[in-house]
Amino acid sequence: MRFVHAIEGLSLWTGRAFGWCILILTLSVSYEVFVRYVLNAPTVWAFDMMIQMYGALFLMCGAYALAQDTHVRADVVYRLFPVRVQASLDFVLYFLFFFPGIIALVWYGYEIASDSWRYKEVSFNSPASIQIYFFKSLIPLAGGLLVIQGIAELVRCVMAVRTGVWPERLADVKETEDLLSEADIEAIRAVVPGQK
Amino acid sequence: MTDPQVALMMLGLFIVLVLLGFPIAFTLLAMGVAFGYYAYYQGGSIDSFGDIFNNNIFYLLNQNTYSVMENPTLVAIPLFLFMGYVVERANIIDKLFFSLYMAARNLPGSLAIAALLTCAVFSTASGIVGAVVTLMGLLAYPAMANANYNKSFASGVICAGGTLGILIPPSIMLIVYAAIADLSPLRLYAAALFPGILLAGLYIVYVIFRVWLTPSLAPKPTVENPPPPREIYKDLLVSFVPLTVLIALVLGSILGGLATPAEAAAMGALGGMVLAVLYRSMTWTKLKESVFLTAKATAMVCWLFVGSWTFASVFSYLGGHDIIADWVGGMDLEPWEFLVLAQIIIFLLGWPLEWSEILIIFVPIFLPLLEVFGVNPYFFAMLVALNLQTSFLTPPMAMSAYYLKGVLKKQIELMEIFRGIMPYLGIVIFTMVLMYQFPGIALWFPDFLFGEYIP
Repeated sequence: MRFVHAIEGLSLWTGRAFGWCILILTLSVSYEVFVRYVLNAPTVWAFDMMIQMYGALFLMCGAYALAQDTHVRADVVYRLFPVRVQASLDFVLYFLFFFPGIIALVWYGYEIASDSWRYKEVSFNSPASIQIYFFKSLIPLAGGLLVIQGIAELVRCVMAVRTGVWPERLADVKETEDLLSEADIEAIRAVVPGQK
Repeated sequence: MTDPQVALMMLGLFIVLVLLGFPIAFTLLAMGVAFGYYAYYQGGSIDSFGDIFNNNIFYLLNQNTYSVMENPTLVAIPLFLFMGYVVERANIIDKLFFSLYMAARNLPGSLAIAALLTCAVFSTASGIVGAVVTLMGLLAYPAMANANYNKSFASGVICAGGTLGILIPPSIMLIVYAAIADLSPLRLYAAALFPGILLAGLYIVYVIFRVWLTPSLAPKPTVENPPPPREIYKDLLVSFVPLTVLIALVLGSILGGLATPAEAAAMGALGGMVLAVLYRSMTWTKLKESVFLTAKATAMVCWLFVGSWTFASVFSYLGGHDIIADWVGGMDLEPWEFLVLAQIIIFLLGWPLEWSEILIIFVPIFLPLLEVFGVNPYFFAMLVALNLQTSFLTPPMAMSAYYLKGVLKKQIELMEIFRGIMPYLGIVIFTMVLMYQFPGIALWFPDFLFGEYIP
């Protein structure tokens, strides 16, 4: 369990760190709109900044979302299965559906990124010629994180098959509706104070 | 087996395999890679580990990932999500609801109308259906229950109202649609404005009419010493006005051509933060929560795109789209028959699936057919957008109903909620028929703003 939580902690930490890109994204785009309309002096870097912040955000949070089980499933049937069946199904499917594609992402992503580093590739979007080799390196990195998190998910499946219950995930922020499904009415009261 | 047949098999297999409940993004990715390996296989002997990876599909996979990363339309998604989470956590919904209720207290079914309006405004600003239905279940449902409202009636109002946010612009769903169908998000927003308002309006008309017909559904609550009108206006000014102004500014700057959807969304998120500060509800914890929730939700949606673009490019490389176009074209359908058929299929898909899955996976199959039948893609988009309202409301995967049941627990049976939702399903379908009869509802405004659509 320590092993699983250590990996999950890594995914959580990276995901949250890259999550802050949204704030930079919001502020930089707002700044660009401000200087364009008010000061009439648009920046050359804003577009590339926007793309890179967004790309980094979603890519690097893939493992975070996996660690928190937020990747959407078509679980109409799945949810009716007993935990042991769910876990064995997941265990097999991680090998069939998850690892081949993600390992390819790491393998080829690494080649493409190293080419990009060799040319010191820059973006065509603006005369500012923003470097994009860092950006391209994120693909193999995100893939690597997903592989590691995938291993943690496998261990989790094995544990669930043995014990018949899904092991706890690391605590994290919950959506409003999930707060409730856990009967945590107090937490929701904090979100909606002053109820009559 | 010919390539197009393989493509059909790929689609069929996917529909079966996705029901195994594995995360859809990775299922799509795996199907794309597996069938792509076949499609791009060039023979040759496998002598080393590296040779296994010597296939263009892996290059394509990376290319697709990169094109999701640098897609300027999709940038708007995390920004709108962030705006939504900030607004959702800004402690505004209760003020909004009670001030609207006070303002509407002389109308029949005033609580229900206030609930509908709150849902419409709040879900348009936040776009997060789950949160709206949950919060309203905590707030409006007890108020309606205390006033002895019919349980089904009260729950239907909340479920249907909370779902409006995915339709009324600025909504994330339309951005996703624009990215999938390669349409202009501006035109989609302009097209969705009137159908969205029409649907919300019809909901309200239905509530008034229904209460007028059977007053026992929604007894008029006795308001003990209502606050003076001045107080009511002040509350409206503090809660209702800023939020609607925020929405109007975001939407207006997009439609007015002043800002791209991503820029408007960034300004909206900033505006949401300013509002939260003004409502004295902006704390470090809440900001952190919004950031992390945005991160997870963005990863979920965008990884779905990584999977589906890989899937779709292999599918069309194998000739899947052509064979479907040939096949449907050979059925000798009238355009209206095709439209009805397509909408019925999407409606049925809404039973087990949610909007994001239907949009990203299934709608692309219909898109090449639009040209065959000469259907305006924006018109089709609006029919789909209306139709997807039902995906939240039809069992067995009626997310709206589940969210509400999740809050109310033993106070209500799931069947009672479903009974309350049924009339709204009827209204959605009625609106679709109305729009089919008068396409101007959707198409007039974009044509007026941006000139006539030329394919």
